Amino acid sequence: MSAADLAGRPGLLARLTPGPAVRRLLRNRAFVAGLLLFGTVAILALLAPWISPTDPNRMAVRFRFREPSWDFPFGTDNLGRNMVSRVLWGGRLSLEIGLWVVMLNAVFGVVLGAAAGYFRRLDGPLMRIADALMAFPAVLLAIGIAAALGPSVATVVIALSVVYVPRTARVLRASVMVVREQDYVQAARAAGAGDGRILFRHILPNCMAPLIVQLSFVFAYAILSEAVLSFLGLGAAPTTPSWGILIAEGRSYIREAAWLTVVPGVAIATTVLGLNLLGDGLRDVLDPRLKVDA
Amino acid sequence: MARYALKRLVQMIPLLLAVSLIAFALIKLVPGDPAVVMGGSNATPAEIEAIRRNLGLDRPLHVQLFSFYAALFQGDLGRSLLLGQPVTEALLERAPVTLWIAFYSLVLTIVLGMATGIVAALRHNTIVDQLVSVFALLGVSIPNFWLGLMMIVLFSVHLGWLPTSGYADPLADPVGFLRTATMPAVALAMLQTGLLTRIVRSTMLDVLGQDYIRTARAKGLPEARVVLRHALANVMIPVITMIGLILSVLLSGSIIVETIFSVPGIGSLLGNAILRRDYPMIQGGLLFVAATLMLLNLVVDLLYAAFDPRVRVDR
Repeated sequence: MSAADLAGRPGLLARLTPGPAVRRLLRNRAFVAGLLLFGTVAILALLAPWISPTDPNRMAVRFRFREPSWDFPFGTDNLGRNMVSRVLWGGRLSLEIGLWVVMLNAVFGVVLGAAAGYFRRLDGPLMRIADALMAFPAVLLAIGIAAALGPSVATVVIALSVVYVPRTARVLRASVMVVREQDYVQAARAAGAGDGRILFRHILPNCMAPLIVQLSFVFAYAILSEAVLSFLGLGAAPTTPSWGILIAEGRSYIREAAWLTVVPGVAIATTVLGLNLLGDGLRDVLDPRLKVDA
Repeated sequence: MARYALKRLVQMIPLLLAVSLIAFALIKLVPGDPAVVMGGSNATPAEIEAIRRNLGLDRPLHVQLFSFYAALFQGDLGRSLLLGQPVTEALLERAPVTLWIAFYSLVLTIVLGMATGIVAALRHNTIVDQLVSVFALLGVSIPNFWLGLMMIVLFSVHLGWLPTSGYADPLADPVGFLRTATMPAVALAMLQTGLLTRIVRSTMLDVLGQDYIRTARAKGLPEARVVLRHALANVMIPVITMIGLILSVLLSGSIIVETIFSVPGIGSLLGNAILRRDYPMIQGGLLFVAATLMLLNLVVDLLYAAFDPRVRVDR
């Protein structure tokens, strides 16, 4: 379809043309760098079933402890398993856990934050619960919950969600409280709009910027915390390679086979760096008031 | 000031109660029978019954809660299944180790974070500024336990400069402390150093643009004096407010970092308790760390109020 065809259909053209926010995002160096880093890792992890050279758990004892080489770019472990496959599949699991935490944060953080910010009577009780949960250091509480529930992927998702939802709810609550007092919200109320309509049509769409920024950082924290929980033996079963488990496994052989620890760590750092850059870029463009760097 | 301190102390009580309630609830999250889980697969029914009785799990929930608080008010956090020792005693024995390393790490965080943040602001938009920004971003992106492992590979395995594990008391053997605690302290400090660098940099840029700085420069004061005497005081404000957050991350990070470096502190104690499912120790340890943090935050707040009287009025 040519540009002329598109120009003849303004509705479609408007939909296909990036909006001002997207254009500003694409001009933001941090956002683009983050998108490239995180995008690359995410695509590689997504394609793991097709691009992994072998099954991540396939053992070949005659190839054990092979240093990184042309045949084994990331080397092999103590059971001769190909580290390329294990890191790719590990990324899949780590990102999956991060994504679940983000989705649960998006749902419960929005519901609780909106309720606390909009309904004054709910604000006190909800925020006191959030205060109590936030009095524990994030990772420490996640460790406590995961230790109680027992090691599994679901445990990690639940533990990290319980830890980060209060933080997301607080961010949304603050935005809702500001928007709630705007003139156009008062006008909607005066026009007879109900609470649900005001909240979902007028307030929440205007609170999305800080929420998106917060969720990008939650994603980064979730990847880091998942690695901590898995390293402590509170994550997935050892047969399912997440990056944290790979580092924990590599630790036993750190003197003779440092690459087993180096590669998954670099993968985590690259992903988190990408997400932090993405978050910085999103914040600078969507919510410049929160900008840390001048 | 005394009134403000009392007010802050009273405000802490409901939060402390809520936190202890969460710690109490943790053991209730254990799926199935906690006594069976704690006993492990080799435990006999008699042993499981003994665990259940010792922890009071055979009593109604409200009785358990009442006993929990009654014991808590006497400083009793239960008995460790693993060590056979009272949890409070075990934690207090190891607390100095964790606090010394956290203090060392805090000093490193503040010194490194401020130095790099100030240098980046003074060299704004130069290669130095960009390098510092990359350093700060890497700091907040690298998992601290992985950094610890990488330091072991470099400084212990390859260079042989520092021991891989151990701990020495800083008062009895300061050199030994520096040799054993530097790697754990740096691993713990990196994350917050990155964050502090970014905050100090942006605050410094803000402060350097203020009128009073221009006036100081116009008076002909040397740049070092402008920065150290006039700008630095205002840069300290976000640093002081961040100390509570920094300590929180340092103490929670200590679980994994102490485990890696075999430091005999609360962190490694909790790490072992997690592996062996010693729930009384996990519960008590979490509560102890949270309460310690609240207390440290209170001290920081009081110091802040002492330095800046506006805080007492504002809150």
